[in-house]
Amino acid sequence: MIEKDELTQRKLLHLINGFYTQLENGEIPALLLPTRTKANIAYDDDAEVWVYGERESTRSAKTTRGAYQLLKTSYVVDFVNTQLKQAKSSTLRELYYISENWGLAKFGEQQESDRLIEDLEIVSELQREDFHIRPEEDGASILGPLRIREQTRRGTKIIHCQDDVGEAGYQVPCNVDALEFLEHDARLVIAIETGGMRDRLIENEFDEKFDAIIIHLKGQPARSTRRLMKRISEELKLPVAVFTDGDPWSYRIFASVAYGSIKSAHLSEYMAAPAAMFVGIRPSDIINYELPNDKLTDQDIRALHSLLSDPRFESEFWKSEVNLQLELNKKSEQQSLAKYGLDFVTDTYLPERLTEMGIL
Amino acid sequence: MAIAEELAKKQRAISVAEFFEKNRQILGFDSAPRSLITCVKEAVDNALDACEDASILPDIFVQVARAGDAFLITVEDNGPGIVREQIPRIFAKLLYGSRFHVLKQSRGQQGIGISAAVLYSQLTSGKPTKITSRISLNDPAHYYELIINTKVNEPEILVERTADWDRPHGTRIEMEIEASYVRGRRQSIHEYLKSTAIVNPHARLTLIEPDGNIMVFDRATDIMPPQPKEIMPHPDGMELGTLIKMLRYTERQKLVSFLMNEFSRMGRKTAEDICKDAAIDPGEVPANISHDQAKHLLGAFRKVRIQAPPMDCLSPLGEDQIYKGLEKEYDVDFISTTTRAASVHSGNPFIVEAGIAFGGSLPKEDRIEILRFANKVPLLYQQGGCAITHAISDINWKNYELNQSGGNGIPVGPAVVFVHVASTKVPFTSESKDAIADIPEIMNEIKLAVQEVARDTKNYLSRQKLLERRKDKEEIIKKILPKMVVKVSSILEKEEPDIRPVIAKIMGNVLVQREVTPKADGCFVSLKVRNFDEHARSFKLHELFKYEVLDAPGAKVMKVGNSTSLVWKVSLVPGEQKVLCYNIECSGTPELQAPIAEGIDEEVITGAKVV
Repeated sequence: MIEKDELTQRKLLHLINGFYTQLENGEIPALLLPTRTKANIAYDDDAEVWVYGERESTRSAKTTRGAYQLLKTSYVVDFVNTQLKQAKSSTLRELYYISENWGLAKFGEQQESDRLIEDLEIVSELQREDFHIRPEEDGASILGPLRIREQTRRGTKIIHCQDDVGEAGYQVPCNVDALEFLEHDARLVIAIETGGMRDRLIENEFDEKFDAIIIHLKGQPARSTRRLMKRISEELKLPVAVFTDGDPWSYRIFASVAYGSIKSAHLSEYMAAPAAMFVGIRPSDIINYELPNDKLTDQDIRALHSLLSDPRFESEFWKSEVNLQLELNKKSEQQSLAKYGLDFVTDTYLPERLTEMGIL
Repeated sequence: MAIAEELAKKQRAISVAEFFEKNRQILGFDSAPRSLITCVKEAVDNALDACEDASILPDIFVQVARAGDAFLITVEDNGPGIVREQIPRIFAKLLYGSRFHVLKQSRGQQGIGISAAVLYSQLTSGKPTKITSRISLNDPAHYYELIINTKVNEPEILVERTADWDRPHGTRIEMEIEASYVRGRRQSIHEYLKSTAIVNPHARLTLIEPDGNIMVFDRATDIMPPQPKEIMPHPDGMELGTLIKMLRYTERQKLVSFLMNEFSRMGRKTAEDICKDAAIDPGEVPANISHDQAKHLLGAFRKVRIQAPPMDCLSPLGEDQIYKGLEKEYDVDFISTTTRAASVHSGNPFIVEAGIAFGGSLPKEDRIEILRFANKVPLLYQQGGCAITHAISDINWKNYELNQSGGNGIPVGPAVVFVHVASTKVPFTSESKDAIADIPEIMNEIKLAVQEVARDTKNYLSRQKLLERRKDKEEIIKKILPKMVVKVSSILEKEEPDIRPVIAKIMGNVLVQREVTPKADGCFVSLKVRNFDEHARSFKLHELFKYEVLDAPGAKVMKVGNSTSLVWKVSLVPGEQKVLCYNIECSGTPELQAPIAEGIDEEVITGAKVV
């Protein structure tokens, strides 16, 4: 742990030294960063995930905007550096509030400081956990036949994620690298977008009937959740199924689990689980199961069009499903399966779909 | 009886009053709100013309009041007044006026306007129009109640008497009409008076609205516009029929004197040249000139160089007055105005003036507002059919930093464009004088005028941008960069580097850096001079000190009292660097003032004092 902190400090100081050298040589301080847009993500064949491409943009003190960014970067590095020296940690939100005292280097909104931390991750090839910076809450939970060992601040704990937990399941900690998988009886992992559907699966004992590890994504999954799925997928060699609503935002949730997200493409190799598969709801399900549905909003339609130009969705499957949805002008939620009764999803829909996909 | 004879019985002349009685839309009485504006406009135009003729600063009072279902319009001026016997004809006879046969700029021309308003009033309210006028303190005020006998187009006087009036001179007209009062849009009395105030900054206009609300458009200047003078027609653009008519009815006995006396800008030399070119004897009697010869004459008008018509028949507002007018009525950041030189269309001189008011509180997302004027009268209707609008739409506004979808049409942006066409004869598209016809000469001048002020606006904007960039740069070098240097150095626990080179680079400046190296017998001093600017720079660089110079290659060495001065002439292309050096006799570190630069602006050099 200490060694890792030293490495982090060295890398951050290296960055600051870059600024210093530029200033000393009479050059305008500047930082080269990959362009963080949809247009600049590329498929990494080895890791099978989407990472940033070749496009870079320069953040330079030539413009006020750039100069402020570099000033703030220096302040954040100073803060992180001090934090590492003192073996402390803080949350993204705390960092934002601490900047209150930084005068000109103060952040206007938390989004800005969060983004700067991501930039630091990119240039240093580290993760914010290495900076001892945590998200405010993670909240994801898992439930299933898996025994883990966690290094907590109060000693080592061994927990079975089915027997030793309540209905809420085992809470995923921020730093999942501190977890060790001891043993398991699972055949698959199923990640679920909404709480209502997670509860349905647990009530219907889906985890026990199908030896499944149920993970609750809670919307766009936190990093730790994604990292955990990646580890389970690779270390335990378990298939991962992602079960979401049938709308463009849910497809993005799947994409960030399976392919990596655009915002943190620099961490794709660390967090994306390329083996993850999309279970549904699929636009074709709306027709095939005659699911209750809602009309697409203008935002939905824009998001779907945006998916059509998203390199991560460039497969026949997604092209035809997205186009079909645009044609239908409809979307359905996971819970719409309840049309056929409360047990339909666990007894029929999921077993059929998972079998068809070769997971069961 | 033959049918033709039968029909002939029914045929009779129509009086002009009868004609307009039945075709009042021609004169701008086609809707209830518009009729009100037209009546007020005719009265106000007359008042302004009268004041101008008498060199009186206009003070015009307009009241619109409800009178049952109808409206009572009162317009009162402080003009010269009208002599008693003229009053009935001016107000109650159509096509009676003083300006029709005169070539000079004025608001009214045909003598239809006010009598048409009187006609409209008697048609819709059935009441006579009341006129009070007084020509001086020594004369009594005269009061009339008039209607027009439309059958014969003659005034009918219902009441005539002298009256008490508190004004020393002026005219007051009261008309009752059927109309409707609107507010809050371009076509309203309020907007009409606002525009009139812009274009007549020497006038004070007071409006009392039906609800009692009083609005005053005060003067922006006490200077009267110059009085236009009467002129002769100019040969440019003369039409054949007109020329033949002039030749037939002139009293001149010789062609050459006809040319010299009945045209403007025609001296003896020019007149003779024209006769020669047309191969007609200058002594020929004008009435004897044949049709063919008249054609030759017209041809000669085009070939022989004739001076442009005089401008003094026109009364443009002038750049200053337009500026004041716009400044008074709009809250904006920038105004540019222009008055073009005179041109001619169909023998009539004209002048185009334009102004643009930009920024401030004008809406950014709306189409620009176009203020159209002809002979100082605002044009409120038929914007889409007007040469002014067409000329503005033809301009590619992207060149002037305004948005225009598809490269034509009225652009979008925070701007008001003002155009005034002043002419001895403004070619309107109709009798109601709403829009100017697309005469190529006029269109072209409008375009040039508007482009001129648009160019000014663009220059202003790019200057603003430059200033902003400069301000940005100053924020970087004065606030952000120093903080960054402190932070970065403290993190690394290193000494703060000299950031003047970085500053020079950001500012695009010339940087002077001095380095002193002590040696056994004195000091070696070098001045590194580098041009970070994108322009070449030439200046003189001085060093002034009290030490003995050992050598200073390339420098002019001078003694100033007990000091020594070194002067170099430095010329640097963009990006170039030169090193100037010298050796001085001294012990220890020499005391040196900052180098002095001469012949360069302070803001483009860092590291030297500018004198």
